[in-house]
Amino acid sequence: MNTETEEPQPSSIRTVISTVADRLAASVFILPTVLALLFLSIFPLIASLYVSLAKFDIAKGGYKLTFVGLNNYKKLFVGSEGDHFLGKFAPNTPLTWMVFGLIVIALAIFLARYLLNARVSISGLIGRVLLTLGFGTLSWMLVHTLWNGGRLGTASTTLVYVFVGIFFQYILGLSLAMLTVQRLPGRRFFRVIFLLPMMITPVGVAYMFRMLTDTSKGPFTPIWQGLGLINFSWVNNAWGARTAILIGDVWQWTPFMFIVLVAALESQAVEPIEAATVDGANSWQIFRFITWPAILPVSMTLILIRLIEAFKIVDLPNVMTNGGPGTATQSLTYHAYINWRALNIGASAAVAYMLLFLVTFFSMIFVNLIRQRTVETL
Amino acid sequence: MKRWFPSKTIQNPTRVGAFFSQLGSRIWALLKRCFQSKTINTPSPVGAVLSYLILGVWAFLIIFPLYWLVVTSFKISSQVAEGPFYIPFVDFKPSLDAWKYILAGDLSKDTLRNFTNTIIVAPVSALLALVFGATAAYALVRFEYRPRVGVILTFIGCIVLSLVVTSLGVPWQIALAVAAAVFIILLQTIGRRFKRALGNNDIAFWMISQRMLPPVAIVIPIYILFQQLHLLDTYAALIITYVTSNLPIVIWLMRDYVNTIPIELEECAAIDGASRYRIFWSIVLPLAVPGLVATFLFVLVFTWNEYLLALFLSSAKVQTLPLTIAAQNSTRGPQWWNMSVLILIMIIPVIVIAIVLERYITRGLLIGAVKG
Repeated sequence: MNTETEEPQPSSIRTVISTVADRLAASVFILPTVLALLFLSIFPLIASLYVSLAKFDIAKGGYKLTFVGLNNYKKLFVGSEGDHFLGKFAPNTPLTWMVFGLIVIALAIFLARYLLNARVSISGLIGRVLLTLGFGTLSWMLVHTLWNGGRLGTASTTLVYVFVGIFFQYILGLSLAMLTVQRLPGRRFFRVIFLLPMMITPVGVAYMFRMLTDTSKGPFTPIWQGLGLINFSWVNNAWGARTAILIGDVWQWTPFMFIVLVAALESQAVEPIEAATVDGANSWQIFRFITWPAILPVSMTLILIRLIEAFKIVDLPNVMTNGGPGTATQSLTYHAYINWRALNIGASAAVAYMLLFLVTFFSMIFVNLIRQRTVETL
Repeated sequence: MKRWFPSKTIQNPTRVGAFFSQLGSRIWALLKRCFQSKTINTPSPVGAVLSYLILGVWAFLIIFPLYWLVVTSFKISSQVAEGPFYIPFVDFKPSLDAWKYILAGDLSKDTLRNFTNTIIVAPVSALLALVFGATAAYALVRFEYRPRVGVILTFIGCIVLSLVVTSLGVPWQIALAVAAAVFIILLQTIGRRFKRALGNNDIAFWMISQRMLPPVAIVIPIYILFQQLHLLDTYAALIITYVTSNLPIVIWLMRDYVNTIPIELEECAAIDGASRYRIFWSIVLPLAVPGLVATFLFVLVFTWNEYLLALFLSSAKVQTLPLTIAAQNSTRGPQWWNMSVLILIMIIPVIVIAIVLERYITRGLLIGAVKG
């Protein structure tokens, strides 16, 4: 760069301008994005944190924010919103203690194994301690709300949506992708068809599934009738309603997994598979030892993308069940939205922040997993 | 020699045996062929049948709900209320009432307006996100950035300062000006002291992590922000928000894609005297077309279907189609027939685009995201 400017070219002003412009290129290319993200992500994030620490009131000619410290969060954990956010805790039973004890032992083993390892770094230790604490807390919440008369809160419901949903989406997406990369006539037709659900607006999908799951007017009425369930509205049953929402979610987002996995499977090298076939490997062995390692990095990234997006679920519960029965199908975003509608802006921001913590917690675990995997393969 | 042939009495049974054993081996071979594939990627006949069966079932599961939408859109309210009717003309008499109501009747003005809004907002935001995101992705791959930690901390400190000052009752315009001034002063004095700097990967991670923000966590300040700027219920508000929320996805996908473009081409062009912009415009962009198309399609789908942000940021003028659909759930109960028409109107353009660009999607992902 320096040599360019030292070259004697004073005669043409255009060259000077172009060299200056060229030197600025690095900034020009990235500045719009940085500014946009600062303007609409970082600033709102900090402002939102402030709102979550304040009480919102409509005042004359606008609104008024009063600083109330951690009050909004306190309400979420021990106060009036506790049942809604964390769920209704069932009393301890031997079973609860047993399951929780097993989880604690597993986490302790995980930590101990790291500590006994020769290479222990401070950041690694902090990360793992946080992970253990996070998982411990979450499992404490889950073992108390999942059975025995406990009731899931919006936090646990969101976790159920995210993890059960992603599990089925990935399995289905992978199986369908493996079937369509075979040399079958008409596979392009299937590919286009399989892409469709992703293109439909989630609101539309939600209404569509509300129509389909109607037991008295929906298309499956004869089946419901045959089962004697004509007057049973599965949207009135907490797990039934959650299942309905999960089915909608899986229907809509399996295509995303599918299309990326198709791309991954098609870019796989053929030679190792050929060699393995010659050596007499069966198809399960080929999948387990050749295909699976090849698509593992993509799968990780894919699951991370879906993980981040899935935590934002709101349209399906909002439209299909209105969050009901009770609060059984409400996700965290929906919880925040309800608070916003009730003008509890501070509480709404606090819920949103808890959601952000959850997303960050799980994404960080995943990002670290991906990094470890890539280091191992290198 | 003759001794070698079996005697006639024994010959018959062996012939029968040979026949059966031949038949058996034929059947065995046939069976084997049924389960064996000719080449690696071609399934065996039985495998093919099974594959078609599973693919067919899933295709049915996808098409049937869509079919139900089409059927419902030709029903009138009583036909929906009376229970399921499956096939038009056979089970029920189809009517165009809902289509007329949406496209030519009472709702046509709303539909048309919101449809136009969607057609303006979604592609424009997708395109802008693609332009900014692709340039940023290219820059993150080819340039080296070293932002100082001190500068970043000062910047965040100044935002906090301006917020605190605003909440104390000072008008935000003044607070912002003060914060900017303080930032510049601190930048010249304290900011330079911190030598620690971040690298490109940290910037990329920061940008991508912005996608982790749940929209609901930032929508309240954004709402207040646009209210202060008097931009609520305008195209600008929606487009700016959509572009920002989709930039991370574009950067994520395009960064991996740009990585696969050989740097030698750019070096050659640079030696020939092409400027950075020229190189980007006439070498990188054309080579990145498959990746750009795939990314554009993803972002277009996201913006086309977005509901939550639109719900907060638009009230009447710039409402988009998802809001129209949700609005059909009126006090008289959900108007299924109208809803079906609206959903169909909304998905037809995207489906056409998807079918046209399907080849690009796989190709774009194939080289780019997959290697990431």
